[in-house]
Amino acid sequence: MVDMMKYWPMVLGIGIGTFIIRYSFILIIDRVTLSDEVRRMLRFIPASVLSALMVPAVLLHKNGVTTFAGWERVLAALVAIGVAWKTRNIMATIASGMVALWGFQALM
Amino acid sequence: MSNPVSHCLAGAKAASPLLVGVIPFGLICGAICVSVGMPEWGASAMSVIVFAGASQLVAVQLMAEHASLAVVILTALVINARHFMYSASIAPHFEGISPLRKVFYSYLLTDQAYAISFARFNEADGGVVNKGSYYVGAALTMWGGFNLSTLIGAYTGAVIPPEWDLDFAIPLTFAALVIPAVKDRPALLAAVVAGVISVAASPLPFNLGLMTAAVAGIATGYISERRLSNG
Repeated sequence: MVDMMKYWPMVLGIGIGTFIIRYSFILIIDRVTLSDEVRRMLRFIPASVLSALMVPAVLLHKNGVTTFAGWERVLAALVAIGVAWKTRNIMATIASGMVALWGFQALM
Repeated sequence: MSNPVSHCLAGAKAASPLLVGVIPFGLICGAICVSVGMPEWGASAMSVIVFAGASQLVAVQLMAEHASLAVVILTALVINARHFMYSASIAPHFEGISPLRKVFYSYLLTDQAYAISFARFNEADGGVVNKGSYYVGAALTMWGGFNLSTLIGAYTGAVIPPEWDLDFAIPLTFAALVIPAVKDRPALLAAVVAGVISVAASPLPFNLGLMTAAVAGIATGYISERRLSNG
């Protein structure tokens, strides 16, 4: 159970720390000039970070120990990626992935 | 043509499909906080103050295991370290805005608000967008969806049957965001390398696998772009 004596130090510690992380570069952007090299690296942040968030969330199931989440999740994710590629539509991507997951679960 | 309200609404409209992933996540977040003994107001206040769901889930679980305060806070901050990269990446678009707005925009920065806005700013006609308004529209949509669903999750408990597997909507959200970000071969290589390394490095503690994978992906994209442009 959570010790509520630690609630405010915990919430404020994480809250303020996270805010400072988010604020860091937005704060200093007017005072520093990012080199062309750095700007070219920044371009790859969305593809890299979002992929690194997505792939383990599809493949792995973490519940104390890490295990393979199952083929139906992999196949459903591939369906969603295909739909995303074709349509570039967020709603269609999420909906097709969920329907595919339920379909594969019913089959497998 | 730079009507702030219409740009704000455009941002909200672009972000609204992501609520499909955010709402189950918020419900789970609120329900888990209460299940480990946090009062309903505590679960809701945490979401408003921290506003970063994955780190909240981990922090609450560590709190329930009686981890020390320093470990709980540091682990949560390492999980949120990816926001350094979002901040650096989106900051050039917020150059010259007022200090108060910078504080407000920073507080609202999330995976989804960043990805939606960054993608729009980099479209061919991205220059006509009122960037601040568009971002605020997208970010407030995420803020409202997450905090309202946390509140509902805290007061109603586990409303979603686990067998529906609605947690799968979260990686699907990232899939929907990553595909438009893969515009050329260097970006594709960056995504593939980051994805492979994120799985290989997932045993690393403190979510360091994510940062390792992201840095490897960025380096791959940067190097392959230089190779392509050099010959």
